Amino acid sequence: MSKTLYTITVFSENRVGVLNQITTIFTRRQLNIETLSVSPSTIEGIHKFTITTFADDEVVMKKLVRLIDKRVDILKAYYNTDEDLVHQELALYKLSTEKVLEHGSIEYLVRKYNVRILEISKDCVVFLKAGHFAETQALFEELANTIGVLQFVRSGRIAITKSKVERLSDMLAKREEQKRALEQEKVME
Amino acid sequence: MRGENRMGEEANARKEIEAREEILSGSEIIVRALMAEGVDTLFGYPGGAVIPIFDALYDHKERMRHILVRHEQGAVHAAQGYARVSGKVGVALVTSGPGATNAITGIADAMMDSTPLVVISGQVTSNLLGSDAFQEADVIGVTQPITKWAHQVRRVEEIAWAISKAFYIASSGRPGPVVIDIAKDAQVNSCTYSYERTTFLRSYQPVPEPEEDRIKQAAELINRAKKPLALVGQGVTLGNAEHELQAFLEKGGIPFASTTLGLSAMPSGHPLNRGMLGMHGNVAPNIKSNECDVLIAIGMRFDDRVTGNLDTYAKQAKVIHFDIDLSEMDKNVMTTVKVVGDAKQTLPLVTDYLEERTHPEWLAEFEPLHEKEYDRVIRSELYPEGGAIKMGEVVNKVSEATRGKAICVTDVGQHQMMSARYFKFTRHRSLVTSGGLGTMGFGLPAGIGAKYGAPDRTVCIFVGDGGLQMTMHEFGTIMEHAVDVKIILLNNSYLGMVRQWQELFFEERYSSTRMKNPDFVKVADAYGIKGRKVTRREELDGAIREMLGHDGAYLLEVVVETKGMVYPMVPAGESITNILLGNSQ
Repeated sequence: MSKTLYTITVFSENRVGVLNQITTIFTRRQLNIETLSVSPSTIEGIHKFTITTFADDEVVMKKLVRLIDKRVDILKAYYNTDEDLVHQELALYKLSTEKVLEHGSIEYLVRKYNVRILEISKDCVVFLKAGHFAETQALFEELANTIGVLQFVRSGRIAITKSKVERLSDMLAKREEQKRALEQEKVME
Repeated sequence: MRGENRMGEEANARKEIEAREEILSGSEIIVRALMAEGVDTLFGYPGGAVIPIFDALYDHKERMRHILVRHEQGAVHAAQGYARVSGKVGVALVTSGPGATNAITGIADAMMDSTPLVVISGQVTSNLLGSDAFQEADVIGVTQPITKWAHQVRRVEEIAWAISKAFYIASSGRPGPVVIDIAKDAQVNSCTYSYERTTFLRSYQPVPEPEEDRIKQAAELINRAKKPLALVGQGVTLGNAEHELQAFLEKGGIPFASTTLGLSAMPSGHPLNRGMLGMHGNVAPNIKSNECDVLIAIGMRFDDRVTGNLDTYAKQAKVIHFDIDLSEMDKNVMTTVKVVGDAKQTLPLVTDYLEERTHPEWLAEFEPLHEKEYDRVIRSELYPEGGAIKMGEVVNKVSEATRGKAICVTDVGQHQMMSARYFKFTRHRSLVTSGGLGTMGFGLPAGIGAKYGAPDRTVCIFVGDGGLQMTMHEFGTIMEHAVDVKIILLNNSYLGMVRQWQELFFEERYSSTRMKNPDFVKVADAYGIKGRKVTRREELDGAIREMLGHDGAYLLEVVVETKGMVYPMVPAGESITNILLGNSQ
C-alpha cells in the first residue's frame, strides 16, 4: 500500500519537554518522523512545530493529532496533505572550489536551479537552494554526479496553509472569550 | 449539620491562608498550597530529597495527615484508592530517584484508569541536575508518557503556580495523574507566598461544549431504536453523572451493561441492569452487543477486553459514543454519533429529547442467555454442593453479609473477576480495582487508601495469594495507622489467572504458576493484624461474621479450589460472542 506524506502542524506553549511529549506519541503509533522544524510563532510564548510523516491514511492522522492535541501544553494540532499547503525546505551544498572551477558551468547551475551562493573560499563553495524536496534532491544529484558534494544538509519542512487565517488565532480568540466568561462567573459568585 | 459547619470552618481557614502574603520556604509553600486545595491526607515515604517537605509537615500535623507507607508503589496505590472512593484528588509524596521510580507503576495505573492524582517527587538540587547526582533520575522524562502532565520545579517562585496547575489538570476533564518534581533547593529557598487556584489554561480545554445537533441526532437514533443497549463505563462515575445516567436509561427503557470499572455507577439490582461486559463478563450483554441495533457507549473506551475482536464487534449496530475525551472517539470502534462532553451535561440534554419507552420483548431476549449462564456457571460457582470452597462463593457471601453496602477493593487476577462478577453494588464509587493496567499488588494499598477516602464505610479487600505478596509489606502501614480494612485472601496456591490460560491454551504446562506460600495468618499476626484461616465450607459464614464484627483490620484467608476457572471466558482476540462456559453443568 502506498503511503501519503502528511504535514502535522502543532502549536504549543514554550515549555521544556514539549517536543518529547509530541515524539512519544509518534513512537507509540509506530510513525517515523521524516522532517521536523521548530520555531517561535508570531504569538509570543507559543512555538510552532512542523512535522512530516508517511502514513497509510487519514484515520491514522486523525488519531495522531487528537492525541497530540490532548496534551495539556499543546494549543492546537492539525494535519494537512501537500495540496492544502505552501511548503518549502532549504538545502546547503558544500563543494570543492577547485572542482567547481574545473567544472566551469556555475552560471548554468545557478540559472537552472535558482541557486544562491553563500560563500566562496579558497577551499570551498557553499550553495543554497530553497524548494520542495524533489527540487533540492535534483540539484544534489546533479552536483554529486558532476562536481561531487563535500557536505549536504537539508532543513525540515516549513509550511503554511493556503486558507485565509491561521487556525490558531481563531482558537485563541475563542479561548479568550471563554476565559472572560469564567471570570464573570467568578465575580457573580 | 456538623459536617456543614466543619466545611464552613475549613473554607474560612482556606480563605485566611490565601489572603495572607508571607515570605515562606518552598516546603512550607508546598504544604500551604496543598491545604489551599483542600488536601488533608497524603500518602508517602520520606527520603533525602524531600526531608524539607516532611519537616514542614511536622508543623501541620493537625491539619495534614501523612500516612507513612512501606514502599512508594503503595503510596500511589493508596492515593488512587482514596481518590476513587472520595472523588477527590489523591496525593502522594515520594523522594527523588528510587522513590520516584518506585511510584511509576501506580502512576501508569492511574493514567490507564483516569484517576486524579498529584504525585510530588523530590529532586536533587537544581545545580546538580543532569550530572548523575546521588538519587537522581529523569523523573519527568520517565513519567511524561504516563501522566496527564509532568512538570519539574527548579525555583521556589514556581511552586505555588505548579501545584495549583497540577490540581486543576488532575481533577478536570478526563482526570489523570500529574507529577510535580521539585528540586531540593526550591524546597529550601524562600519567596513571597500567595495562592490562586487555577481555573483556566488557554492550551487546555477540559470539558468540550455539547453540540446541539449531536444531542438531537443521538436522541433521534435512540427513539427509533428497537433494540438499544447501553454500555456504562467509569466515565459516568468520574463525571458524577450516576443520577443523570439513571434518568436517561429509565426514560428510554434502555437495558445496560457495565465495563468492570463502570460497575458501581448503577445498582447491581436495577431492573435494566444486564450485568458486566467483556472477557469474563456476562453472556447475555456480550451476545447482545452483536445483536442490538443501537449501541450507546457512555464514558467507556472500547477496551479490547470489552470488545474482543474488533472486526466482528457490533458491526450491525449504529454506535453512539458519549465521552469527554475526543481522542477516544473512533479510536477502536467507528461511531455514528459522537457526543463529546461531560456526561453530566450531555446525558440530561439527550434525555430531554427521549421518548418514554419500554422494550419488553428486547429485554426478554436476554433472559434465556442469562439462564444458560446461571445453569452452566453461576449456580455451581456460588452454591457448590461439595468439594473445595469456590472463589465466587466467598465473594457472594461477603457481598451478602455486607448487604452490598461495602466498598469492594480487589487485586488483579481470578479473584478480581470473581469480585466484579459476584459482588453486588447498591452505592456509587464502591468498586476499586486496577482495570486498564491490571496491576498485581494494587489491592492492599488501594484498600488502605479507600478506607481513608470513605472512613465510614466497610472496606473489603479481595486479594489472591500472588498479588498479596507483591505489596504485603503494607501490613506495616495497616498496623502503624490502625487502618480498619477487611482483607479476604482467596488462596489457591497458584497464580490462578495465568494458570487458567496455561490450562486452556498451553496444554496444562504450568510453568512458574504454582506458589509455595507462607503462613499468611502468622505474617498478619506478626503485624498485629487479627487473622483466621478457613479451609472448610462450614466455617465460612461464621468467619465472615467474625471478620465484619471485628473492630480493626482482619485477614480472612480462605483456602479455595486450586484449579478453579473463571467462566464465562472470551479467549483474547476472539469474537465477543465466542464464549467458553467450561464443562461444569
